[in-house]
Amino acid sequence: MVALLAWTLLLAPLAAAASIPLLGLHRKRLSAALAIGGLFLSFLCAAVLFLQALGGRLTLPLELSVAWISLPDLAIPFGILLDPLSLLMALVVTGVGSAIFLYSTGYMAEDAGYSRYFTLLALFAFSMLTIVLANNWLELFMGWELVGFCSYALIGHWYEKPSAAEAGKKAFMVNRVADFGFMLGILALWAMSSPLAAERTLNYQALQARLPQLVEMGWLAPHALGLVGLLLFCGVLGKSAQMPLHVWLPDAMEGPTPVSALIHAATMVAAGVYMLCRTFWLFEPLPQILAVIAWVGGATAFFSAWLAVVEADLKRILAYSTLSQLGYMVMAVGLGGAVAGMYHLTTHAFFKALLFLAAGSVIHGTRRQNIWELGGLARSMRWTSLAFLVGALALCGFPFLSGFFSKDEILVLAHEHNRALYWLGTVTAGLTAFYIARAWFVAFTGTPSERLHAHESPLVMLGPLALLAGLSIAGGYLGIPAFLGQHEGRLHLDVAAVSLSVVAAGLLLAWLIYARRLISAQEIAARCRWFHQVLLQRYGFDNLYTWYVEQVQQRLFAGACALFERAVIIGFAVNGTARLTQTAGHVLRLCQTGKVQSYALVFFSGIVVFLYLSTRLR
Amino acid sequence: MPIVLVILLAPAAAALLLCLVPQHRPDWARRISVLATGIPLGLALWLVGHYDRAAGGYQYEVFVPWIRSLGIGFHLGVDGMSAVLVLLHALCSVCGVLISYAIKERVKEYYIFYLLLITGVFGVFTSLDLFFFYFFYEMAVIPMYPLIGIWGSDVKEKGVVRFSKEYAAMKLTIYLTVGAVIALLGLLWLYAGSGVNSFDVAALERHFRANPLDAQLQRAIFPLLVLGFGVIAPMWPFHSWSPIGHAAAPSAVSMLHAGVLMKLGSYAIIRLAVGLLPEGAHAWLPWVAGLCLMNIIYGGLVAMAQKDLKLIIGYSSSSHMGYVLLGIACLTPLGLNGAVFLMFAHGLMTALAFALVGHVYDETHTRYLPELGGLAKRLPFIATCGVIAAMASSGLPGFGNFVAELLIILGAWDRYPLQAVLAVLGVVITSVYMLRMVRGVFFGQANEALPHARDAATPFARLPYAILIGALLLVGCWPNPLVRLIDVSSRPFVERMRQPNGMQIAAPPSTRP
Repeated sequence: MVALLAWTLLLAPLAAAASIPLLGLHRKRLSAALAIGGLFLSFLCAAVLFLQALGGRLTLPLELSVAWISLPDLAIPFGILLDPLSLLMALVVTGVGSAIFLYSTGYMAEDAGYSRYFTLLALFAFSMLTIVLANNWLELFMGWELVGFCSYALIGHWYEKPSAAEAGKKAFMVNRVADFGFMLGILALWAMSSPLAAERTLNYQALQARLPQLVEMGWLAPHALGLVGLLLFCGVLGKSAQMPLHVWLPDAMEGPTPVSALIHAATMVAAGVYMLCRTFWLFEPLPQILAVIAWVGGATAFFSAWLAVVEADLKRILAYSTLSQLGYMVMAVGLGGAVAGMYHLTTHAFFKALLFLAAGSVIHGTRRQNIWELGGLARSMRWTSLAFLVGALALCGFPFLSGFFSKDEILVLAHEHNRALYWLGTVTAGLTAFYIARAWFVAFTGTPSERLHAHESPLVMLGPLALLAGLSIAGGYLGIPAFLGQHEGRLHLDVAAVSLSVVAAGLLLAWLIYARRLISAQEIAARCRWFHQVLLQRYGFDNLYTWYVEQVQQRLFAGACALFERAVIIGFAVNGTARLTQTAGHVLRLCQTGKVQSYALVFFSGIVVFLYLSTRLR
Repeated sequence: MPIVLVILLAPAAAALLLCLVPQHRPDWARRISVLATGIPLGLALWLVGHYDRAAGGYQYEVFVPWIRSLGIGFHLGVDGMSAVLVLLHALCSVCGVLISYAIKERVKEYYIFYLLLITGVFGVFTSLDLFFFYFFYEMAVIPMYPLIGIWGSDVKEKGVVRFSKEYAAMKLTIYLTVGAVIALLGLLWLYAGSGVNSFDVAALERHFRANPLDAQLQRAIFPLLVLGFGVIAPMWPFHSWSPIGHAAAPSAVSMLHAGVLMKLGSYAIIRLAVGLLPEGAHAWLPWVAGLCLMNIIYGGLVAMAQKDLKLIIGYSSSSHMGYVLLGIACLTPLGLNGAVFLMFAHGLMTALAFALVGHVYDETHTRYLPELGGLAKRLPFIATCGVIAAMASSGLPGFGNFVAELLIILGAWDRYPLQAVLAVLGVVITSVYMLRMVRGVFFGQANEALPHARDAATPFARLPYAILIGALLLVGCWPNPLVRLIDVSSRPFVERMRQPNGMQIAAPPSTRP
């Protein structure tokens, strides 16, 4: 029974993804129904398993697997590992996913690529569940690559738009570069998993049991394990868009907004964090690696929050915010708080999906996404605005909303372990409050421009908003850390007080600048022009990478090789040989005159030479 | 019933039969060809399904003595590795025949040559006699000349001819023939040196197991075979015939050319060079492992700079064949499994890619990347297949290529760590040019100057694509049956080489000084 539920949980979306192109490519309703039905079925299975686990009728962890490759010296299973972590994540993916799928039927109603869209969404859900439920590294990697593909295809959903096509490509390539390190990490882990080639494994539980022994036996050097940890962390840099590989995520906003909500906010980008939590036992004994992770996360949180401050595009503001929040999660894991990271991942999935869907509703209702072209939406799109407000407050950690609890956990952790990161995180919290309040005040309050004709979105889009708003409010009371095995009730009043006052300061400043307009934003920008320029250039990462790809990779490396191919291999070696043969033929042809006299001459002179030699040699 | 013989003779008989078909009935020629490749496909599936894994070794053997005094006999048979390749060839040839429906000129002659080519390749994969191996090898190479020269197309750049089809056909034929002659020298030397007066591969294997060939001699013959067969594999720096040959050939010919013809080289290296000359292999394969890096990295980078679609895929093929060579060079069961698996998966993938490029070329009359764009709007099916081919090529999990490359890299990890790491890097390079190509051809703004392109709309037109994609997905999602089938033959093959007592070779690599 449990096995059936678990396999259905994993495979139902795949079945949906496979059947849409076969059955319903031209039938919009059917394709949407298949995708939603498949994912909802998954959700039900996850819920039942979750309840069973809560009720104690299901003993965790539970492992199921089938042979995917089974050779005498290589066994790679395709399996499912059920434990509190994977169940929680599966619930988040299927639950938030179902809401977003439903929302998509409204958002994409007029789209020409409707069935393709739902096929890819369903495939994404399956791939994401593969990451979540995997019981070994290779299966994780397969899901990891597949979500990357779905992300690529969905970012480029409107492929006629050059910007969308480029953004999809960029996302895939950046992730591929990161996965180069990730794959090497997995391979190295495989090689280290046993002194005997035939007993190597990539199974989480086996590795968890075996690696410490191998280190103890002295067969495995701890620093080798550290290197593996770094390589594996490369994957996180790409998938969870940590600096310096974060550049693809803002561009990924070219995709349809529900995709941004599902893939680029709630689930896929969190996969890196999930992976770190999943395999935290590997990183736990490596303090240096954890420090690297924490600092990368902290830096990403801080620097991307600044980018959100100067951004004008509503979705890109949210994208930078996602980067920043992912930074928090990674930092939490780096500080040794896998549970805290996972907690924030969950609440972030709720409120960031909510924010994105609300932004999508705005885009759907106004056809605009530049916040300066918006304004006064609170009157024309009441429900959407309310939803956005709830999401925004949860994001900045307003007391007793979900974000408050999870962010507090992380800051407490930082307070205990690393003061510098604590202050970085606290300042980032203030920035967060500032930029989201800026978006709110500019887009939702004030007077709308006259050309703006906003209309509220249909019920099928507002329903998911309401659901996610409810979760964003209540997310802190669901006992998530307890389910993951951590004792709650660490209320640190000092940390909370500091962060709340910083948040209040951020809100107040945004209110003064953008609502009351008592302080001029232009003036501040003019005062710190240098810094403002740096922010507008996004710290120059994009320019650097574009320069590298176009000039170094394409023109220098590929160009040099192509030139060598053309000039040396084809031109000199191959055609040269041909020409040599031809020339030799031409030269030798001179002998072939066809005149009997000349042949006789040669014949005669030969005889003379021969006779001369024979007389001399005697 | 001699299944292997039927597989081999069906296309040959059809080629003869086609000579009798009247010139004005191209539809007959097409139908006969479909039948002549469909039957081998069915039988190949049966063969793969019914190969006795427990018994292993060569099965479905056919043996007819021919020139007894020289020890030449008509000996057919397959083991796990060649059964997989027979299936690959059967799949590619059916799809190639279906794609060839686009050929409108001199249809009958086209199919005669095409079926001869198909026969030759089947012959190489099933022959267990050096003489016939060589015979079928030439039979596969020679028809390429008229096929490219008559039905091919020039490689143009900005409307200017860069390589004419005559140049491509000439270069390909001469190059491959020279390679074949070098290999023939090696084979004859081997025959003479063995002292058993037999061309029979199975007999030679048995003989060498008991009385190995002199190590010095092995080391002398091995490079001849690797060089000769490496030309068609194509091993760097002898690869330059291949991308241009691909580019100039009609698409169905490119499909077979890149899909299976290149695999003849790697198959011959496995079966003859490595299988018969283990000491030579130990001595020379590290060099191959070095050269294959040039295939992988350099080939990928050259592909990145190309603007003709077929040249991109052509260089990509030579890059991917580097992985096959690496898998062979590891001399581990995993590596060899991966090499054969990649021959299978890459064959399907590249056949798919050439079919797609052929469709785009037929509809738009250009293959020049800067002139294309936005075709996904008009060719949704082709564009979908294009994305799939690009993803399969860049090793997305779910496609056979991923499994194969994984096996090769795992197999190479202990022995050639540098190669393994760079092979992973090669996957990144592949996705650069593949995505660039997909982006340039299918996405973005449609080029209004292009003629109105039509999609592959009917189920019949979609059939070849469906077959290739279906097979790729099947072996990618559920690789175990195929991997184990290959493993049945590849593991004893490699382990035999490692046994110091059986073959009198040096001690295993770990204990070597």
